[in-house]
Amino acid sequence: MRKIALLFLLGIFLFLFSFQALAKEPYRIGALFSVTGPTSFIGDPEKKTLEMLVDEINKAGGINGHPLKLYLYDTQGDETLTVKKFVRLVVQDKVLAVIGPSRTGTSLAVAPLAERYRVPLISCAAGIKIVEPVKPYVFKTAQSDRLAVKKIYAYCVRQGIKKVAILTVSNGFGQSGRQELKRLAPQYGIEIVADELFGPKDVDMKPQLIKIRKTEAQAIICWGTNPGPAIVAKNMRELGMKQKLFMSHGVASKRFIELAGEAAEGIILPAGKLIVANELPDSDPQKALLLSYIERYKARYGKAPSSFGGHAYDAFLLLKEALIKAGADKAKIREALENIKGLKGIHGVFNMTPQDHNGLSEKEAFVLVEIRGGDFHLLKE
Amino acid sequence: MRWEYLKILVLALVVWGVSFWVRNDYIFNVLTMTGLQALVVLGLSLLMGYAGQVSLGHAAFYGLGAYTTGILSAKYGLSPIWGILLAQGLTLTVAFLIGLPSLKLRGHYLAVATLGFGVIVEVIFKESVNLTGGPSGLVGIAPLSLGTYTLTSFKGYYLLVWSVLLFFLLLALHLVHSPIGRILLALHDSEPALRSLGYNIHRLKLGIFLFSASLAALAGSLYAHFVTFISPYSFTFLHSVAFVTMVVIGGIASLWGALGGAVFLSILPEVLSHFEDYEVVIFGMILILVMIFTPEGLISGLERRLWRFAKS
Amino acid sequence: MENFLEFLFAGLVNGAIYALIALGFMIIYNATGVINFAQGEFVMLGAMLTASLTGKFHFPLLLMLPIVLVFVALIGALTERLTIYPAREASPLILIIITIGVSILLKGLAMFVWGKDPLPVKAFIPGGPYHFLGATLPPQGVLILLVTVLAFLTTEAFFRFTLWGKAMRACAYNRLGARVIGINISNLTCISFALSAALSGLAGIIISPLTFATYDMGTMLGLKGFSAAVFGGLGSAAGAFCGGLILGVLETLSAGYLSSAYKDAVAFLLLLMVLFVRPEGLLSLKTAEKL
Repeated sequence: MRKIALLFLLGIFLFLFSFQALAKEPYRIGALFSVTGPTSFIGDPEKKTLEMLVDEINKAGGINGHPLKLYLYDTQGDETLTVKKFVRLVVQDKVLAVIGPSRTGTSLAVAPLAERYRVPLISCAAGIKIVEPVKPYVFKTAQSDRLAVKKIYAYCVRQGIKKVAILTVSNGFGQSGRQELKRLAPQYGIEIVADELFGPKDVDMKPQLIKIRKTEAQAIICWGTNPGPAIVAKNMRELGMKQKLFMSHGVASKRFIELAGEAAEGIILPAGKLIVANELPDSDPQKALLLSYIERYKARYGKAPSSFGGHAYDAFLLLKEALIKAGADKAKIREALENIKGLKGIHGVFNMTPQDHNGLSEKEAFVLVEIRGGDFHLLKE
Repeated sequence: MRWEYLKILVLALVVWGVSFWVRNDYIFNVLTMTGLQALVVLGLSLLMGYAGQVSLGHAAFYGLGAYTTGILSAKYGLSPIWGILLAQGLTLTVAFLIGLPSLKLRGHYLAVATLGFGVIVEVIFKESVNLTGGPSGLVGIAPLSLGTYTLTSFKGYYLLVWSVLLFFLLLALHLVHSPIGRILLALHDSEPALRSLGYNIHRLKLGIFLFSASLAALAGSLYAHFVTFISPYSFTFLHSVAFVTMVVIGGIASLWGALGGAVFLSILPEVLSHFEDYEVVIFGMILILVMIFTPEGLISGLERRLWRFAKS
Repeated sequence: MENFLEFLFAGLVNGAIYALIALGFMIIYNATGVINFAQGEFVMLGAMLTASLTGKFHFPLLLMLPIVLVFVALIGALTERLTIYPAREASPLILIIITIGVSILLKGLAMFVWGKDPLPVKAFIPGGPYHFLGATLPPQGVLILLVTVLAFLTTEAFFRFTLWGKAMRACAYNRLGARVIGINISNLTCISFALSAALSGLAGIIISPLTFATYDMGTMLGLKGFSAAVFGGLGSAAGAFCGGLILGVLETLSAGYLSSAYKDAVAFLLLLMVLFVRPEGLLSLKTAEKL
């Protein structure tokens, strides 16, 4: 029996081993994504996007004639591991710049190291703490949550909604959303009448919703990533609650609609333009790029990209621009990154300055979309 | 014991030699993290091997050590030395409160109590946002410093952590080879026999538990000042389980085994990392196979096999 | 008061899931003395298979149910044969670490097969909520409660009236004694794994329309189920069942009346207190020995 067990497990081992493939090229760039672990839904599309872009560039002859060599490591969303891998990228693999990590926590964990080794870091996470205060070598591509909150509150004001309940997930994403929701509410004359939380792996949010039902909340703003918010939407139906439901950009993917089904109808959320690319006016500067990204990603992976992949896309565009200008010099790459102007990306037009290492403007970063007929539709403002 | 001194001396020479031979920060980083984990596992090994108790909450003690000194440093600018000492005080108090009632009972009540404690601590780390920085973590922890000297180099941390580890390994080996150690080993076999000889087993077990919690907290404090950033995700239930796994894979009731287990399971992911998505699957498989084929622990098992090979 | 009824109901539904998982823990623990850390992964497998069969292949509910149960039970039995059986001479602690390895392996394979995104599962019963004494009760919740009670009664009947069930109880009281009177411990262990996996798989099936199916959903559920089992004393089916329900209700009530942020902490704090006051668990026959 022991022998059979051994043979069986060895079989799996060999099967997996045969999947390995290797290639070797010069301009070295590093990437750290949470490809597995609890935040793999962020890291996985990022990894796929970046690998696609690097392949494309190399097929087209590289940057300045240099092909790219990508060193990509999985962080599992774990800080200790991320720190190890970052040092490995810098010291062992000698990369010129690092794209990622995927989470705010992991990004904050390696930010001091980026400064120490003077390696440009282009984080794909949203947390504002990453670039505020500004650190010379640290950049980020994801829109700050503050911009998403502003979109929702502005809409609430237009609709005469004055009292809201917030229901946020207890992880980094939810925490950041909750902070901004609470901070910005007074500016819009909005009162938060209930402030509830749920765990990322919770299976039932009815207790929180029953509590909210007792308040005078006209709308509920839920801040989280799949599957929690879909459970909230379903729970609301189950409890027969009729309040307006807002979600965050954390669920701006088709997957959310599949999960929540009927219950998703009528939900309004801020989102990157990616999910409503074909509804954008032709005058929109990003439209062509968005459609092309969707098409290329679908051709390669058989499904539409999520907005998280877009953050990696933008990071790559920024790095490519900087590499073209600066060549293989980390300090010059940093300088070039800081001075990028008018770069059209997936999540907006980037205008970096020494004071702003995110470079996205409020207007372009998010649009409001509504879920109707099982799809996202641009909400006219 | 003389044999043990020799082994310690050899290990110390290797640690010291590595610092000259290696010029690569990545290696120092990996070794520092490994050393920190080994420190936790050393204490846990004493607890599991000699007090016969399992803790499923050692990541929480590790976290308590990290957060106490981390918060004192980042929010109140307290010097790391005081932070580490206060972290020790807090951890020992908490460990005492958990250990006192649960160690009075026979069976694995400590495992369950520490499991519950771990979950509670994890929630507190996540939800007391004003104090701990919440799920997105605590930034701005100062590196270790003493007076005007600040320790920043990876090599420095490597030497510090491994010196601390060697010191406590020596201490633990002394304990194990002392009369108390033999009593503890007997504890494993027959508690009533010991009780009839008039030993206060409860107090002994509690002592070992406190010692192991204190080592975990020390490792956590050093971790916080080394990485200068901490978040609740480094101190979860799964990390507690990983510590227990390291002890068992090295061989319960073998301090050197514990060290080996910690090194093995810390280095393995580095080696497996280019398998990407399959890494987890392979990791799980190796864990199962090691346990099936060397149930006495990887290190002890290899040692035994080597002896047998040498004899034949 | 109407809210209390709703909290209570939501808590019972939550707890029913924990109860099923706790039953699974209890069965394996009694047969082998092992805490099976892969228990949560059986829940995940049940949910994943449900998602695949109903979503992709449109199996009807009554056909899907037995297929998934049998499949998960087979995985359970296979797990025992491939990993526990070869190491059967080792101490329980070694076997526990093996189950941790199995958990990591199953999770990794599931990620490989089903991907990292949650998979949708349609509600089993269509239609809106029922109204009862002014409280709204979702139909899926009612279904979960009914199925759980049914599963519990079946398990209890299995233990009381079948030969294998009686053998398992004998084994739980005295392993050596059971062997002496001719019970085949090896087969018994295998059956206990299959049964335990099937119960957890059932939990996965009925919970999937509420929570969807994700490859890493098992860990947290396993942890809660384990706590529930300990709460109930790890000794009897009734203990595990009640432990699960109580843990679910405690959690929901603390989210409803105290703080949703600290609900897990409150639930576990109460659990610890009960443990210290009544260490043998709520409903266990065994008494804890003081040193």
